[in-house]
Amino acid sequence: MALQSGEKLPMFIGHVWSKQKSRWTLLGLRLLAFLAAAAATLVMVLNKQTKTFVVATIGTTPVNLTLTAKFHHTPAFVFFAIANGLVSIHNLVMIMVDLLGSKFDYKGFQLPMIASLDMLNLALVSGGANAAAFMAELGKNGNSHARWDKICDKFGAYCDRGAGALIASFLALALMLVISFLSILNLKLVNSSSHNSHNNIIALPN
Amino acid sequence: MAETKRIFTFLLRFIAFCTTLSAVIIMISSRQRATVLVFSFEAKYSDTPAFKYFVIVNAIVSIYGFLVLFLPSKSLLWRLVVALDAVFTILLTSSISAALAIAYVGEKGNPIAGWLPICDQVTKYCNQVKGALIVGFISVVLYMLLFLYSLHTVLNPLLLEKS
Repeated sequence: MALQSGEKLPMFIGHVWSKQKSRWTLLGLRLLAFLAAAAATLVMVLNKQTKTFVVATIGTTPVNLTLTAKFHHTPAFVFFAIANGLVSIHNLVMIMVDLLGSKFDYKGFQLPMIASLDMLNLALVSGGANAAAFMAELGKNGNSHARWDKICDKFGAYCDRGAGALIASFLALALMLVISFLSILNLKLVNSSSHNSHNNIIALPN
Repeated sequence: MAETKRIFTFLLRFIAFCTTLSAVIIMISSRQRATVLVFSFEAKYSDTPAFKYFVIVNAIVSIYGFLVLFLPSKSLLWRLVVALDAVFTILLTSSISAALAIAYVGEKGNPIAGWLPICDQVTKYCNQVKGALIVGFISVVLYMLLFLYSLHTVLNPLLLEKS
């Protein structure tokens, strides 16, 4: 059925309006997720604290020991930084694809690829955030059974900045969850609209 | 063709259920008593919150996997299964990464924080935890495959049906 009668047009306009609104919502959420993940990465990578301890006293001169806490001593934090970096790059690329990608012809692969990539990055950021959260819990409470002392009382600023990075990462995780859900919904919208009018050649704005 | 697909997915779900169940059982039964100097301490999985989280998540996923095995194939609940597969896959990845992070500290220690590795003293416990983590990793891979497959089954017929 070609586009001829007026009764098709309002439905088409309805689709355009909801697609535009959902497009801008998705774009805004991606921007927020990019900012949150980038903030988490930066805060974790630049996390460093140096502290000098007095270990012993020989005569009257104290023996000092200088320790530096850096994020790369802990593999969980390295994984956290890499995961959040990848998620922020993914969101940046998706924003650019959304804004500038209407010139390219993806042959129908665009929406399923976006949905699957979103879900992959969701799994990645959940793994990174959770590993770092449990390591931070270990640093804060220690483990009396394994004779591991807590370190947050000595390296307070390091712990506080790490906590900030963790909060940003969990925010990015929540946003990625909503973004994945919206991307999958986008898939279903396009599919159902192409079924209802599978003969017409109206190109939905992309 | 549909019959082989159903048998294949059933088999895959059964194996995934078995791996999560065995991860739980191996982790729960890991326990060793050791004597260091004058102290005698017992290493259990419940000393570490990360391992407790691992056990809880794998227990929930094995209950879910057991229930899904009995779902009739024409039921409308398969769409819910796709969503739940997504949620449980993500939970599994987070639990395995948390447990791996803590197990790494237990094996190699952390010199800056003054944390000594404990694997030399409680070798049997350490090996059993490693085994549970390997099985947990296999279950993560299987659940990821299952999730991708169920997504493909639910979304694709929407493209093929009405052409």
